[in-house]
Amino acid sequence: MRKYFDAIRRIAGNVVTVNAMGVTYDELAVINSAHGESLAQVIDLEGQQVSLQVFAGSQGVSNNDRVRFLQRPMQVPFSDDLLGRVLDGSGRPRDGRGAVTGTMTDLGTPPVNPVMRRMPDQMVHTGIPMIDVFNSLVESQKLPIFSVPGEPYNELLARIGLQADADIIILGGMGLRHDDYLKFRHTFEEGGVLGRAILFVHTAADPVVECLLVPDLCLAVGEQFALQGKRVLVLLTDMTAFADALKEISIVMEQIPSNRGYPGDLYTQLARRYEKAVDFDGAGSMTVLACVTMPGDDVTHPVPDNTGYITEGQFYLRHGRIEPFGSLSRLKQQVNGETRDDHRAIMDACIQLYALCRESREKRDMGFEMSDWDRKLLQYGLLFEQRVMDLSVNIHLFDALDRCWDILAECFEPAETGIRRAIIEKHWPAGDGEKEAAEPDEQLAEASA
Amino acid sequence: MKARIVAVSGNLVIAETDGRVVQNSVGYCTRSDGTRLLSEVIRVRGHLADLQVFEETRGLRVGDPVELREEMLSVVLAPGLLGQIYDGLQNPLPELAKQVGFFLQPGIYIHGISTTQAWAFTPTAKPGDVVRAGDALGAVPEGIFTHPITVPFAWRGEFTVEKIAPTGSYMVEAEMAVLADAQGARHPVTMQQTWPVKRPLSVARRRLLPDEPLVSRVRIIDSMFPVVRGGTYCIPGPFGAGKTVLQQITARHAEIDIVVIAACGERAGEIVETLRDFPELTDPRTGRSLMERTIIIANTSAMPVAAREASVYTAATLGEYYRQMGLNVLLLADSTSRWAQAMRELSGRLEEIPGEEAFPAYLESRIAAFYERAGALELRDGKIGSLTIGGTVSPAGGNFEEPVTQGTLKVVGAFHGLSRARSDARRYPAIDPLDSWSKYQGIIDAEAMATMRRLLVHGSEVQQMMTVVGEEGTSIDDFTAALKADFFDNVYLQQNAFDDVDGATPAERQKFVFHKVAEVAALEFEFTDKAQARQTLVEVTDLFRNWNYAAADSDEYRQWLTAIDQFIATKGQKE
Repeated sequence: MRKYFDAIRRIAGNVVTVNAMGVTYDELAVINSAHGESLAQVIDLEGQQVSLQVFAGSQGVSNNDRVRFLQRPMQVPFSDDLLGRVLDGSGRPRDGRGAVTGTMTDLGTPPVNPVMRRMPDQMVHTGIPMIDVFNSLVESQKLPIFSVPGEPYNELLARIGLQADADIIILGGMGLRHDDYLKFRHTFEEGGVLGRAILFVHTAADPVVECLLVPDLCLAVGEQFALQGKRVLVLLTDMTAFADALKEISIVMEQIPSNRGYPGDLYTQLARRYEKAVDFDGAGSMTVLACVTMPGDDVTHPVPDNTGYITEGQFYLRHGRIEPFGSLSRLKQQVNGETRDDHRAIMDACIQLYALCRESREKRDMGFEMSDWDRKLLQYGLLFEQRVMDLSVNIHLFDALDRCWDILAECFEPAETGIRRAIIEKHWPAGDGEKEAAEPDEQLAEASA
Repeated sequence: MKARIVAVSGNLVIAETDGRVVQNSVGYCTRSDGTRLLSEVIRVRGHLADLQVFEETRGLRVGDPVELREEMLSVVLAPGLLGQIYDGLQNPLPELAKQVGFFLQPGIYIHGISTTQAWAFTPTAKPGDVVRAGDALGAVPEGIFTHPITVPFAWRGEFTVEKIAPTGSYMVEAEMAVLADAQGARHPVTMQQTWPVKRPLSVARRRLLPDEPLVSRVRIIDSMFPVVRGGTYCIPGPFGAGKTVLQQITARHAEIDIVVIAACGERAGEIVETLRDFPELTDPRTGRSLMERTIIIANTSAMPVAAREASVYTAATLGEYYRQMGLNVLLLADSTSRWAQAMRELSGRLEEIPGEEAFPAYLESRIAAFYERAGALELRDGKIGSLTIGGTVSPAGGNFEEPVTQGTLKVVGAFHGLSRARSDARRYPAIDPLDSWSKYQGIIDAEAMATMRRLLVHGSEVQQMMTVVGEEGTSIDDFTAALKADFFDNVYLQQNAFDDVDGATPAERQKFVFHKVAEVAALEFEFTDKAQARQTLVEVTDLFRNWNYAAADSDEYRQWLTAIDQFIATKGQKE
C-alpha cells in the first residue's frame, strides 16, 4: 500500500477530503503542512474520497500537502508512567516532559457486556454533606453537575477529586480556561494527589477537534486501570464544550441537525462515553463526574436534557450551593441503608422540613401572617443553609448526621420532625436543645437584618 | 451473493453488486481481518445496496467484500427462551461473556438457543394427521408452561404427518417430525424455527377486542388508568420522573404469564439491577423465580445504534411466539424514544428529507405498526393468547408536544403521563391524575371513579385559587374539597414502591380500599374552622396510610380497618 497521498480535494471547516485507496474507517492519519504536523481521523469513506477530521484544525493546510495513513485507530499509551502527567487532547505531553511510553490502547473500545457488571454498593465519601448525606455518590456512578457559567463548578469538581478516596484520578478538561487548568493543577499539587492523577487538558485556545478526544482519552486510560482492579474517578469539565465541538463537526459534514443545531446522534455520542462508568464483576471500577454548563440556565437545552436521560441522577449547583431539590443520586438507595441507621431518616426529614421552610418563606414574602410553626421553620432553614448546605462545610458523613440532629434539636420538638420514634430515642441530642429553641425570634431578626 | 463496499459513513455502508438484492435481507460486511459484521439492507438503488451495520464500522474499507443473503433479519424460536438475557440481535449475553469476557466484541454471534439442552418431548399428533402452520405436533415442558412444538409458522398450505418422534428426550436441532406437502415433498420439523423480526407473527382464527384487565398492582393504573390484556399503553415522562422504576415494578408484580423486557438504549445499570434481582425474587403466583417468566432484551445506550432499532422487534417477536401458545404476554419497551432516535440517525445518514425535529417522515407509521403487534387472539385451537405492549417515551425537555410522544398517543389505548411536579413533590408513582387517560375499563366501576376524578379536578382548582387568595379567602367547603382530593391522592393514588405490602396491591384489595376511600370522600363533614378540617383529614390520612402498610388479614390490618370504620361512623368527631 502507498504510504503518502497528496490529492487533497476539499478543505472545509476542520474536515479535509483526500483521494486515497485502502483506507479503513476510523483510521488515523497525519497531515504534513507548512505549519507542521497534525493528526486526523477518518470519518467518511466514499469511493476514493476519504474525509478526515483534522485535530489541529485545517488552518494552513494546502491542497497539495501530504497525508500519511497510520493503519490504526486513535490510541493512547497506557502505563503507570501516565501518573502525574499532563497531556493535551491529542495525547501529547503538555508538561514539558518527554513522551509517555506504554502499551498502546485503542480509544472507543466496545461496550461492556451488562452481565459482567456488578451492582454498585460502595459509597464514595466526599466530605460534602449535601452529597454524602442527601445524595450519596456511589462507586461506578455517572453523575453530572448541572451549573451555569460563573458558579464554582470546577472548584467543586477539584475538591471531590481531592477528597474522594479513589486510587486514580483522571481529569479531562474541555475548552478549559488556562487559569482553570492551572488552578486544577495547583489544587491537586497542594492536596498531594498529583502523583495518582492524570490530566488531559484541552484549553479554549486549542483546536476545537482535540476537544472531542478528551473524554475518550480519559475513559480509555481509566478503563485500563479499572481492569487492573483500581478504583478510578474520572472528572470531565465541561461536557457542553464537547457537545458543541460535536455540533461543529456534524454541521461541516452536512449532517441534518435535530435540535438547536446538535446532531441527531447526540444522545448516542454522550451515552457511549458516560456508559463507560462501570463496576466490573471481578476487577475495579470507574466513576464519572462531569460538569455540564446549562446555556441560559435551561435544563431543557439538548445537552443537559440528553445528559439527564443517560446519567444516574444529577447535582444542581446554584448560588454556590448544591440544590437539595432536583439534585438526585439514583444509586443512593444502594448504599445509604448500610452507613448508619439514622442516615435515611435524617435525609428525608431534613429535606422535607427544608421544603416546608421554603413554603413559609414564600408566605412571608407575600405578606401572609407567620405562625409559630412558620417561625420555627424559618429558623431551621437558616441554620441548615449555614451549617450544612454551604459548600465550604467539609466534614465526615457521621459528623454531618450529628450536625443535622443538633440543628433539628435546636429548632423543633422531636415529634415535629416526623422521624420514627425508635430513631429519635436513639439519636436525639440530650441536653440544651430546648433552651436554644426558645429564642427563635432573635435568630429571625438576625436573618432579616 | 457477493458485493463490494464502495462507501462507509458511520454505521451505514454502501455496497455495489451485480446480482439480486432483497430489501431488509441480511448481509455480512467482512473486515480484512476476517471479522464478519452483521448488517441489514435498508435501501436499494440500482446496483447499490445501502446497509445498516449492527456493529461499529471501524476497520472496514472500500473494496471489502459483503456477503448478501436472501433471508431477513430473524430470531430463532424454540423452547429455552424464558429466563434468557439477549442483546438486540438475540445473542445470549451470558454466553458472550463466557467466550469473550468483559467487552462485547464485534462480529461474534451465538445461536440464541442452547443446542445441547435436552427437552422431554411428548407427541400429540400421529402419522396421517393433516396439519397447518402453527398446529401442535407435540409439546415439551418449559418451566411451568407446556411449550408446544408446532408446524413452523411460515409454512403455507396443508401437510400430512408422515413420521413423528416418540416420547423421549431431544435437543432442539433433532428431527421431531416429517411432514409431506400436497405435492408429496417431505419436510423435516425440529423444535426450533426462525421468524423475521419485522413481520408480525399472528396465526389465529380471529383477533379479539381486548377487555380483560391486566392487573399491575399499581393502584393508580389499575383503578384510574387501566390497561387490558392485549392492549397498549405508553408512559412518557421527563428524566427522573420514575419511568424505569414504574416499568420495573410492573415487570415484577403484573398478573401475567410472561414478561419480555426490551431495554432499548437505556442505562446498563438498570439491566444489571433486573438481572441480579429477578433470579432472587419469587413470583407469588407460581412460587417460582421471577426470572423463569422473564426474557430480557438488553440493547443499552452504549451498544451499536442499528441493533437498538432491531431490539424492539426482536422483543415483539418473542412475545408473539408465546402468545401463540395461548399465554398472556407483557412487553415492556424502555424507551421507545431511543428506538425512534435510532431511526432518526439512520434516516440522517440516508439523507432522507427530515420531518419534525429531524425525525423521518415515516416515524408515526412505524410507531403505529409496532403497537399494532399487540392484541388478543383466539387461536386455532380455541385458546386465547394476548400480547400487551407498554412503552416508555423520553420526550426531549420533558415536553410532550414532540413527534414521538404525539405519534404514540395516537395509537395507544392508555396514556400514563408522568409529571415533573409530582415527582419533585415525591408523589410516586408520578402519573399525573388530571392529564392521563385510558380507553379501557378497569377493575373499579366507571361511575365511582368519575366522581373521584371530579373531586381531583375541583381540588386542583381550589389549590390554584388558594395560591392567590390565601387560605383566608377560601370558603370552608372549597377548602374541605381540596383536603379530600389531597387525601385521595395521598392514600390511594400514591404508593410506596419500596414497601413489601404497599408496593403491590392485588385487585380485590384495591376495590375494597377504593370504596372505603370513596366513603370518606363522600362524608358531609360540618367543619367549623379550617384547622379542624385539616386536623381531621390528617388523622384519616394517617389511618389509611397505616392500613395500606399492613399485610392483608393481619391483626394490624383489622385494627386499622376498625379505626377507619369508626371514623366513618362518627365523621371523625371524637366524643
